[in-house]
Amino acid sequence: MTDKSTEITVSAQGLSRKFGGHTAVSGINLELKRGEILGFLGPNGAGKTTTMQMLTGNLAASSGAISICGIDLFERPTAAKARIGYLPEHPPLYRELTVREYVDLAARLHRVAKSARSAAVGNALARCGLGDVAQKLIGTLSKGYQQRVGIAQAVVHHPDVVILDEPTVGLDPNQIREIRNLIRELGANYSVILSTHILPEVETVCDRVQILHHGATVFSDTIAGLKQFHGGRMVLVGLKRPPAVGEIAAISGIASVEPDGGNLYRVSFADNADPTENLVRRAVEKSWGLYQLSPAQSSLEDVFVQLTRKEETSP
Amino acid sequence: MIFTIAGKELKALFASPLAWVVLTFMQIVLAFGFLKRLDDFMQIQPQLIQVPNPPGITELVVGPVYATTAVVLLFAVPLLAMRLIAEERRNQTMVLLVSAPLSMTEIVLGKFIGLMGLLLLVVGITTLMPLSLLLGGRLDFGLLASLIIGVALLAACFAAVALYASCLTEHPFAAAMIAFGLLLGMLLAGETAADGLRGRGWPVPAALAQVLSPLKNFETFAKGVLDSYSIACMLLLIATFLILAIRRLDAVRLRG
Repeated sequence: MTDKSTEITVSAQGLSRKFGGHTAVSGINLELKRGEILGFLGPNGAGKTTTMQMLTGNLAASSGAISICGIDLFERPTAAKARIGYLPEHPPLYRELTVREYVDLAARLHRVAKSARSAAVGNALARCGLGDVAQKLIGTLSKGYQQRVGIAQAVVHHPDVVILDEPTVGLDPNQIREIRNLIRELGANYSVILSTHILPEVETVCDRVQILHHGATVFSDTIAGLKQFHGGRMVLVGLKRPPAVGEIAAISGIASVEPDGGNLYRVSFADNADPTENLVRRAVEKSWGLYQLSPAQSSLEDVFVQLTRKEETSP
Repeated sequence: MIFTIAGKELKALFASPLAWVVLTFMQIVLAFGFLKRLDDFMQIQPQLIQVPNPPGITELVVGPVYATTAVVLLFAVPLLAMRLIAEERRNQTMVLLVSAPLSMTEIVLGKFIGLMGLLLLVVGITTLMPLSLLLGGRLDFGLLASLIIGVALLAACFAAVALYASCLTEHPFAAAMIAFGLLLGMLLAGETAADGLRGRGWPVPAALAQVLSPLKNFETFAKGVLDSYSIACMLLLIATFLILAIRRLDAVRLRG
């Protein structure tokens, strides 16, 4: 028996897609192991959806290769597709069916054996919290429930890989939290690929992150690596009686200080240093009036700025 | 797997009001024609008895019922078939089918068989009218069988063309108009071209033109002749348009 934790479920090499003369995706590589959640991060139009469409066989790739659990998607599409569950950006729901009918149809289409179908449908409904609305028409459900039906459809046949395209868009905060919990549960059994343009979402849910920009990968690392990269070494400091910027910057371990409007300062740490304690002690000694000290939240934009700046400055 | 899709389509057809409306009006039109013909037949029956070897009720009443069915199908099938693919693409539900472990061939055949299920039901209901004549008379079952087979094949031809039209656009109504235009054009062109080409002594183009004219092929069935040539022409037309539909959907996947 193969070792579950190192089994590679999705592998894509040099994936490219052109629409006429426009290149939507160029040379994307990705690899995913069982039980991993990969976040696809990028602004709108970065090529996330195009990549997912190619991974699920909805769109032919201009070049590159995809294999799902070792099965080539282009050579044996039906065998490969049987191992994928896909929730596109717009859930493909039939509004005139009830939730149970719809999930049952999805199970039939994915060739779930007749004897196992009823149990599989019940399991998917229970898992996605749809037990109470199983007999309702999909068209009458709220957006959050419709999104869950979409996820139920993607997992009913126990796929090895679940691909979710922006699963939390258009939901309210409570629904977003529920869906994220659901995705984390899925991650325990399946490989999950998740696309989003919200940075905190990736940080709370995913194990690894791949950032796309203009159809190319600009960053690919673990979540720890991402945090290290964009915000782990920066704090936001609020001082009532601020000294000159140079005085703060003089504290050992601080690399740079930038005013951030009002009495707020963005303080970047030097590599492998944590001068927070020094900073607090100095603030008390000099009576700067420290009233705020928080890790600086960087937005996706900041990460992009850093990524692109890094590329420019590196030789 | 094909039948899973066919079942889903049949269910969707009956879930929409369109199918019921179309079926209702078809029945009204056909029943009216049937009763009119029957009335005429009752009136001329005394004179018919004096003719040696007179035409029977199957020829005079039942035949025209199926001829009317053929014409009504020409209008009804584009409407019934328009949403098969077009609406799935517009509502972005096509993804569910394409992402499932199915080939395009299975998807197209499933949709075709689902629509044929409804159309065969139409033919079945239509057949109840001639069968009601058994209460007071006898029928020519040979001719009746030939008519039923002919009209079913004709419906299949229309369905294949309309299914292809539904693959061409994301707007169901545009798909219906395309299907109707294609069918009408094919009938007119095939009708005149087939005879014209044969008259000029070009048998092969004439045969091809006949393939494109399902209503002309239906005429042999209406005479009570099961002509293998006509059957082959119709099957060829069905296969051609189903293959075109499959290729068209594959092209959507390739071009995006």
